[in-house]
Parts: sequence; structure tokens; C-alpha cells
Amino acid sequence: MALNFCNNNSLSAITSIPAAISGGGLNLISTQTASSSSTLSFTSGIDSTYKEYIFKFINMHPVTDTAKLQVNFRDGSTAFDATKTTTVFNAQHPEAGGDGELSYQAGNDIAQGTGYQDLTRNTGNGNDESTSGMLHLFDPSNTTFVKHFICESNSYFGNDQTEKLHIVGYCNVTAAIDGVDFKFSSGNIDSGVIKLYGVS
Amino acid sequence: MALVKYNNRSILNVTALDSLASGGLNLLATNNITSGVSSSSFTSNIDSTYDTYLFKFINMHPASTNTHFRVNFRDGGSNFDASKTTTTFFSRHKEDDSNASLGYDNSRDLANGTGYQDIYFDTGANASDECGSGTLFLFSPSSTTFVKHFMSVSSSYGDTPRAYHNFMAGYCNTTSAIDGVDFKFSSGNIDSGVIKMYGLSKS
Repeated sequence: MALNFCNNNSLSAITSIPAAISGGGLNLISTQTASSSSTLSFTSGIDSTYKEYIFKFINMHPVTDTAKLQVNFRDGSTAFDATKTTTVFNAQHPEAGGDGELSYQAGNDIAQGTGYQDLTRNTGNGNDESTSGMLHLFDPSNTTFVKHFICESNSYFGNDQTEKLHIVGYCNVTAAIDGVDFKFSSGNIDSGVIKLYGVS
Repeated sequence: MALVKYNNRSILNVTALDSLASGGLNLLATNNITSGVSSSSFTSNIDSTYDTYLFKFINMHPASTNTHFRVNFRDGGSNFDASKTTTTFFSRHKEDDSNASLGYDNSRDLANGTGYQDIYFDTGANASDECGSGTLFLFSPSSTTFVKHFMSVSSSYGDTPRAYHNFMAGYCNTTSAIDGVDFKFSSGNIDSGVIKMYGLSKS
């Protein structure tokens, strides 16, 4: 139990407060840690409490070399299969130097598809290779509008280069989004942490 | 003074915490638009309290079709007309799998212009589910030494229909303090949407 002290007109030395009191803009809702996991799913805590949710994925490490980190959304029932239209571009630069590249990635976008959206194009499985980034999901419980999401990630590409990938799009449904699922395109998630925040 | 009640193990009904840091993001104001308004302005609390201000605009829905969501800044007086130089680019993709492209948009940038800057464009009211969401950072608006930088990233539903990823950045080319920010559509009212303004704690 936290120790709390009062003086005449304020509270001090508070080390914890009831859950009902917001601690500021970013409110940690849940954390999932992978350990050779096939997927990491968030199926609770995504509702009308917040207008924006942020997923921070940190050091996502695949079992399989050059696998793609992917995401999908649940819009009712139990399946992660919301219809999406997305747009994707990247910037990349190899460790060996040379010219960098900025280009559209038509192989990674979705046009009204229900499959998983790539959040990386390629993540290496070397011991020090991984992907980190963040995904913003706006107003998932809204039943009037489509559901926008914005993601940026940086990856250690399997052939020793850095790649920044920019992904946005919308779940083209008016049904509420109440679950989000992450996985690699092949093989398990060997390790990694994903944190879900609500923005007050 | 807030009313504070104790039970055996926790504090209840606290409405204000005088000395407890509220965290990195501090909500300063919310404009909740539920019926048509011509613009949504923030004209207080933009000062030297924070070095970085963050605006989050969520589900901005226009009354008109094929319109652009815009911003402008107040640098003294009552008008939103700060001189700005900006740069914009986008990525887009249609629902029919055409129009996949990444490009710079010369028609959306400003070169020391005082007009409103497009944040995202070509969204519409053709369908009731069309809207745009995103963020705008404004840095050190109270500085009277430097220009005032701003950056925006957004996702929008284009009229045709298509997904747009919009990037915009620039600076208010003035050493006057920026003390107000105004959002609107290029034509017609804002039909609905929410805009929140946060200050990012200095420490």
C-alpha cells in the first residue's frame, strides 16, 4: 500500500493513485511480451474510453529470417479480418553505404483487402536484428466513420540495412474495432514487447 | 481546493492533484464539434508553459465534398495570418488498387504566404463515414528569437475513394510569439470532429 500525506491544501509524496484517475496523456493499458509466440493479440481495453490508442512495438525479433511484422484488426466476431485500404512507402540505406532510397511500396499496400497489413517489409533474425515502431489507431469504437491508423517502423533489414516504413490507411467499416493482432508473416515472434496506451 | 476522501486502502474522489506531475502529455483543451462550425480555434494556453504543443484531430468530417483540412497561426492581433513557408508530400492508394504513388505536391505548399496551410486534402462528405485524423506539433510558440516550426502527419479518406498519408511541415517566419491556432476546411463547415491540444512537459 502506498503512503500518502496531506498538508493543508495539497497532496504530496503520493506513489500511487486509484485507477480511475488519469495520470496524464498516455495511459498504459496492457503489455504483452513474446516468447516464441505465434501472435500477440490485444482483445480487451480497446473501446470508447479513449479517442486514440497507441501501440509501441519494441525489438520485435522473428524466428524466421526476413519475415514481415504484420497487423490486423477485429471488427466483430473473433476473426481479425477488417477490410482495409492502405498506402505504404519506405526509406532505406545499407550498412555498406551507397545511395539511400525513397519509394512507394506497391507490394505492401492493401486495396479493400481483409488480410494482414505489413508493418515491415523484412526483419532479420540475427541475434541483434529486430523491428521497433508505433501504431496509432483513432477512435476505434466509433460506429459512424472509417477507422484511421498511422504506423511507422524501423527495421534491421535481413540484408544489413536500415529501413523506415510508413503505413497509413483505414479499416473501411463502421463497425467498432475491438481487437488488434500482431504476428510475423512466417514463423513465430521469438521475442519482443508490445505496449498498448490510451491517450487521454 | 479539491475534496479528497480516504477509504482503507486508497484515495477516492480526487479532482485535483496540486503537486503531482501529470505526465508528459498534458491535456489543455478539447474542441468537440458536434454540429457545423466554420472553424475551430485555440486562442488561450499557447504560451511559454511548454516548449512543444501537440494537436490531435480525430475524425474531422466536412460538410462539403472535395475539401481540404487546413490550419493557420496567430502572431499578434486577432487574425490567423502568420507568414509561413511549408513543404508537403503524400502517399496514396485507391480502393480499386490504382493510384498507388508517393509524391511531392507543389500546389499545397506555401512560400512566405499568409493563407491557411493544407493538412490533408480531397476529403469529402459524399459518404457519412469519410473523415481524416492525425497530429500537428507546434514547437516553442512563445519564442521571440526564432521562427516557429510545425509538423503534421495525418491519414485521410480521399473523395475518390482512396487512402492518403499526408506529411506537412514548415515554419511561421516570424519572431513574434504564436498565441493562437485555427483549423477549418477550405470550403464549407466542419460538420463534426474532435481536436485536442496538449502541452508536453519540459521535464
